[in-house]
Amino acid sequence: MSVLASARRPARVIPGFGITLGFTLAYLSLFVLIPLSTVAFKTIDMGWSGFWGVLTDPRTQHALYLSFGTALIAALVNAVFGLLIAWMLVRYTFPGRRLIDAAVDLPFALPTAVAGIALTALYADNGWIGSILHGLGLKVAYTPVGIVVALVFIGLPFVVRSVQPVLEDLNLDVEEAAATLGATRWHTFSRVILPAALPSLLTGFALAFARGVGEYGSVIFIAGNLPKVSEIAPLLIVIRLEEFNYAGATAIAALMLAISFLGLLAINLLQAWNRRRTGGE
Amino acid sequence: MAFSAKQTFYAALTSVLIAGGAASSVAQADTTLLNVSYDPTRELYKEFNAAFAEDYKKQTGETVTLRMSHGGSGKQARSVIDGLEADVVTLALAYDIDALVENGGLLGADWQNKFASNSSPYTSTIVFLVRKGNPKAIHDWSDLTRQGVQVITPNPKTSGGARWNYLAAWGWAEKAYNGDDAKVRGYMRDLFNNVPVLDTGARGATTTFVQRELGDVLLAWENEAFLAIEELGPDKFEIVVPPFSILAEPPVAVVDKVVDKRGTRKVAEAYLNYLYSPTGQKIAAKNYYRPISPQYADPQDLKRFPAIDLVKIDDPLFGGWQKAQKTHFSDGGVFDQIYQPK
Repeated sequence: MSVLASARRPARVIPGFGITLGFTLAYLSLFVLIPLSTVAFKTIDMGWSGFWGVLTDPRTQHALYLSFGTALIAALVNAVFGLLIAWMLVRYTFPGRRLIDAAVDLPFALPTAVAGIALTALYADNGWIGSILHGLGLKVAYTPVGIVVALVFIGLPFVVRSVQPVLEDLNLDVEEAAATLGATRWHTFSRVILPAALPSLLTGFALAFARGVGEYGSVIFIAGNLPKVSEIAPLLIVIRLEEFNYAGATAIAALMLAISFLGLLAINLLQAWNRRRTGGE
Repeated sequence: MAFSAKQTFYAALTSVLIAGGAASSVAQADTTLLNVSYDPTRELYKEFNAAFAEDYKKQTGETVTLRMSHGGSGKQARSVIDGLEADVVTLALAYDIDALVENGGLLGADWQNKFASNSSPYTSTIVFLVRKGNPKAIHDWSDLTRQGVQVITPNPKTSGGARWNYLAAWGWAEKAYNGDDAKVRGYMRDLFNNVPVLDTGARGATTTFVQRELGDVLLAWENEAFLAIEELGPDKFEIVVPPFSILAEPPVAVVDKVVDKRGTRKVAEAYLNYLYSPTGQKIAAKNYYRPISPQYADPQDLKRFPAIDLVKIDDPLFGGWQKAQKTHFSDGGVFDQIYQPK
């Protein structure tokens, strides 16, 4: 007893490590780990050869390629323009700023099907943006480009909301100091602002990317859904479910999980490398 | 701050949702019956439910509240399998009700003999909806594979209606090419090469054709085609009835496991039987479904259904739903082969 008492851990202001850890594990298990493990179990049902069949099916491959490719492009677009929007919201005050700030969250709140229908109505050949593009010989709705448009819409808030607080913490004096030390505007941006914003930008990018990969509701309306052209992987999963083929559906889901995991892991490694390089916290 | 505005918004949203939930649970007094149906029956059951509730009250003095759920037929079947407590199902095709037997044994395998005419109180068929004046001169299935004709039909993998479309085309091709399998498959390949968008459901396909103005012809349920014209005005679209099509039988069934658990068998059976009654038949015809007892329907309504050569799903050509599903729509089936390179 006395030994234990003397070897007391350093006191914390708010106790409860045990309880919070227990809660975290239970919570994660209930809502994340157990549901995900059923995906793995259902997939194991079909055996290795069945899984290999799914993996090598050209249609599945194309759907995966399309889902991850469009999500990647959309996340890149969002990383660039999300940073710009966050910058504008943080650095400038102008009438209507709060309104724009609130509008950024709309894609979070809107049911994705509504977004899909609205975007399709706009970008179809007879919609008012679509008709202009059509005149230029561009087709957006019912092509993979349409999928990117939908995913840009869905992913924007992730980037803006990740970057915004970091930019808010970035003091103006740092930029001014850089300027007085003779840095050009480009240098100030690339050497001072960007390194500070980069970790949060990567986080936002990863969130937007992950969200885009799994997006179904909005994409389904604008994609056209043609096999091997504009058929996304989540639709293929729905098709397998319609066939009452639960194992086939979870096999594709497991593949998507694995690829997503690798992608997120890569981004995390990039984050770690970036932290080391900049010698940050 | 923007943050507090956001919080207010979510709080408001939550309270709206809770209030909505409370309001809908108030409506559950007395006996309730849940009818899980497919997409284009919305208008039919709206009218039919009101008539049934009134009649049932008159006959028994009991109040019955009817609730509806609509959606793609296959998806609806899956919801019921996964635990949605449907007292009755009124789906687009027998295969989806068979699925309730196979997955979970929710009703007896002989369900299709429980009610008259294969448990299908009304039938429909597949027709063409074209733009006013029929600019591409589409009259028969052979016109659908012409170059430059765009055909709108949903994905038969995800839409019950689209399976009827597909099988009607297949049935026509079998007759036209005297059962030459290569030619029939060639026709189906050409047909789907002319499909620029595969929507996931019948309503989605109608929207693509009507609102997005995409395509020259929509393959549609007869009742869906009439509804589109009724809603959007006959000045924009017209119906072309091909000389040959398929007899679509959307069947109905009592879900044994659910009604026995909830004690609603009596009212559920009365509900489905009422579909066969003179009033039920009349309402079906009024909502553009072909009644199985035409003598009860308004003659004016009947005039809208031209007599055409209809092939049945039980025809040896298809061999019933189980076989047709396996041949055409299973993983790697004929429909998947259409999209594989030759």
